[in-house]
Amino acid sequence: MNSLYVICGLGIVSLMAEIASLRKWLTAVLIAGLAVAAALVIVDWGTDVSYFSGMIVFDKFSLAFTGLISIVSVLWFWMSDEYFQDTHQTDKSALVLFAIAGAVIMASFNNMAMLFLGIEILSISLYALAGSRKGSLFSNEAAFKYFLMGSFATGFLLLGIALVYGATGSFHINVISDFVLIHKDGLPTFFYAGVILMFIGLAFKISAVPFHFWAPDVYGGSPTSITAFMSTVVKIAAISAFYRVFSFAFAEVESSWLLMIEVVCILTLVVANVTAVYQNDAKRMLAYSSVGHVGYILLGFLADPITSSSLILYYLSAYAVSSLGAFAVLGIVEREQKDLSVDSFNGLFKRNPLLAVAMTIALLSLAGIPPLPGFFAKYMVFALALENGFTGLVIVAVITSLIGVYYYFRIIIAMFMKEPVGVSAQLSASENALAILLIVLTLLIGIFPDWLISLLGS
Amino acid sequence: MLTLFLIFFPLLASLVLLLSRPQNAKLWAFIASIIELVVSLVVAFQFEKNETTQFAFNTPWIESLGLNLSVGIDGISLLLVLLTTVLVPFIILSSFNNSYNKPATFYGLILMMQMALVGVFVALNGLLFYLFWEMALIPIYFICLIWGGESRGRITFKFFVYTLAGSLFMLVTLVYLYFQTPGSHSFDILTLYEAGRALPLAEQGWIFWAMFIAFAIKMPVFPFHTWQPDTYTVAPTQGTMLLSGIMLKMGIYGLIRWLIPLVPAGVQQWGYTAIILSVIGIIYASCIAIVQKDIKRLIAYSSIAHVGLISAGLLTLNRIGMQGAMIQMISHGIIVFALFYIVDIIFQRTKTHTLSELGGIKNVAPLLATVFTVVMLGSVALPLTSGFVGEFLLLNSLFQYQAIIGAVAGLTIILGAVYMLTTFQKSMSGETNGVTKTFTDLTDHEKMVLYPVVVIIIVMGVYPDPILSISESVVNNPLVLFSESTASLK
Repeated sequence: MNSLYVICGLGIVSLMAEIASLRKWLTAVLIAGLAVAAALVIVDWGTDVSYFSGMIVFDKFSLAFTGLISIVSVLWFWMSDEYFQDTHQTDKSALVLFAIAGAVIMASFNNMAMLFLGIEILSISLYALAGSRKGSLFSNEAAFKYFLMGSFATGFLLLGIALVYGATGSFHINVISDFVLIHKDGLPTFFYAGVILMFIGLAFKISAVPFHFWAPDVYGGSPTSITAFMSTVVKIAAISAFYRVFSFAFAEVESSWLLMIEVVCILTLVVANVTAVYQNDAKRMLAYSSVGHVGYILLGFLADPITSSSLILYYLSAYAVSSLGAFAVLGIVEREQKDLSVDSFNGLFKRNPLLAVAMTIALLSLAGIPPLPGFFAKYMVFALALENGFTGLVIVAVITSLIGVYYYFRIIIAMFMKEPVGVSAQLSASENALAILLIVLTLLIGIFPDWLISLLGS
Repeated sequence: MLTLFLIFFPLLASLVLLLSRPQNAKLWAFIASIIELVVSLVVAFQFEKNETTQFAFNTPWIESLGLNLSVGIDGISLLLVLLTTVLVPFIILSSFNNSYNKPATFYGLILMMQMALVGVFVALNGLLFYLFWEMALIPIYFICLIWGGESRGRITFKFFVYTLAGSLFMLVTLVYLYFQTPGSHSFDILTLYEAGRALPLAEQGWIFWAMFIAFAIKMPVFPFHTWQPDTYTVAPTQGTMLLSGIMLKMGIYGLIRWLIPLVPAGVQQWGYTAIILSVIGIIYASCIAIVQKDIKRLIAYSSIAHVGLISAGLLTLNRIGMQGAMIQMISHGIIVFALFYIVDIIFQRTKTHTLSELGGIKNVAPLLATVFTVVMLGSVALPLTSGFVGEFLLLNSLFQYQAIIGAVAGLTIILGAVYMLTTFQKSMSGETNGVTKTFTDLTDHEKMVLYPVVVIIIVMGVYPDPILSISESVVNNPLVLFSESTASLK
């Protein structure tokens, strides 16, 4: 909870910064503040306190995800320095901070109303951020699409919450869970309808196929920094919200949603990975790849809805740090080349070896090559699924990871083999440091994953 | 601890090279590989022939995944580690003629590759084996991608996906076996053996195929070989040497260490099919080698033929076959390295790989011609060369298994003689032409590479006992070889 206070406070600070003309120091203050938020998670670790009559609970799960969100946000602010430089710096950073606050609420709610609030706080900030490049038609399109699709999904979610409330008489997750446990066989049909509607609403948010149509356009059209934010912080928040609802509240009625999520999982794996192959724009390709990763996470969730939280935490950490690496390089290449087709990566190894190595490690990790974290994450998913008898799904997932190798390697081949185009990329000292930090972090999470995996117990 | 040193010293050296980018990277890499060689020789001298796993080390690495840093050296591991540590300095030395862009990266990747190769050969934990197996792929992929020849992007990518696909199914198999182990599950090799052997026959058959295909792609065995000729041709010479000299031994080692002891019943049931595939590969690759015009491709195909024989001999599950496989792995590694080096020497001077453009080199470069003769005779398995011992034992085991298969596989010696002698004749004999007129003979450091190799080929042919005795205790270990064979070696 203390982290949430700090994050909200930082949001207000950045609104005030305009008046107090503190703009120059703002990013540094925000990075330091978010680091404090992450540190507060360590202080609070192990306490299991609920706030506002049990509407928010900071158990190990929420604390771990809050910590992950804060750390990823620190790195994100570091790499997005340039995004804030042109106009509306304070407004944009305030919006981002409120989005982060929404993300923390989505990881820690214990009440369906709080879930709704969290999603809305996050989404409304993001609608504005997606359109923050006001001059660009694509950015406007992204904001508009995101807004329409987002409101649509929220409608489903709200109706679902209402139906579940009608059946169980409570918004509280633990109460719903107990109620379901006792009345397992006597639940009305509209309860199940509510569960399915909530799944559809959340599936929009985690962008699982077939509810992913907004994702490539929104990811492609938004400013690259915002795309990075959406595919890391927002994704972590959405998945943790999904996990809290379905593992904490609806685990007992597994049979009613298992088949549905299985189908969505297969569709997500196959459609996202196959479509990514045909993308010529690196940003859209990463958008589809991020949809594809949701498929692996869903597979891990399916394999064991009750105990897969540590797996999902590890998967998301591995995915987030690798994605941040990829997007950091993407942002710099976009600045140099004014273009993000795969060809704009040509000869990057000759133009700037550090960038090429950082990108390669990020992509190899996303592709799941050992000993990088992406490999251990996928490995844990496959192992858990095999243990619980999902052999068919694992074979599908193995084949889609091979397809994944194809599109990730298009960029690698372009970087190492093709002749350089354009000017050589010049990096500032802070960008160099960030690239090295991301490489080291990726390697560390990959080579010593144990503490992260055992954080939430088994 | 020496085993750990053997694994992590090359990694350390590689990281130092990659990060500090010294001017004379090749020299530093060479020194590092010599240190590694010396340590491996120390291991070899301390090695007790009659005992099994030695220099063992075991500590948990990722406990929640059952991954232990569990390594150890027995006879088979020792021979392959020695092959790696001997060949890598030679490979680095052989590159002193070439000047590669970004030398620090190039040699750093070679040393990183050495780390993974040694790791594969000493790993005693299923997941650790898989990790090293995949880690070997990354450096060699980048070596081929950055310094390779024409249309390398497409070809090396095919190589990468092919081998990755194979190994992913091996991973699924290993995980499946992991969950068959009792209690809290373990990837320990002996526990996996037990779990694998307890499986019903049908499941052993599945596991056999899933793993065999992974190893068959690496070797490669027909019909999984289609990536190989292109990749060998397009890779830079040192890459080809690493691929053919050491990396394909990973596949054979996988057969000996993991497949045969893991699912012996599956091997007995499906071994015949796999032997037939291997023998088809021998004949098929030899025939294609005969009509090749490009020397590098020709040697690539000859390598498929030789590996086919090793795989067939191994799968007979016969002691003689296994001993033959061991010595042939070493011999093939050294010979194929020398062949690719000679091709590189010819290419450096004439800028061509095409046989018909060469001729008469022995008139201007008698030393090279002599060395080539010895290496070529080793390759066609003439008695008193190292190639003979291995091929003889392998063919012997095939004859015992089924005479007709032995007879067909025996054609490899005849066909091998055809393509190797044709190569020799077309390149070395005849009149000197415009391309070869200015050919200069071996330089000093080329001699430093090739003379020791010639000595090794002959010594191993005349006196193979030390090598056979190192692997003997392992071959006699009932854990390794399941089917009891009546024939003994001595």
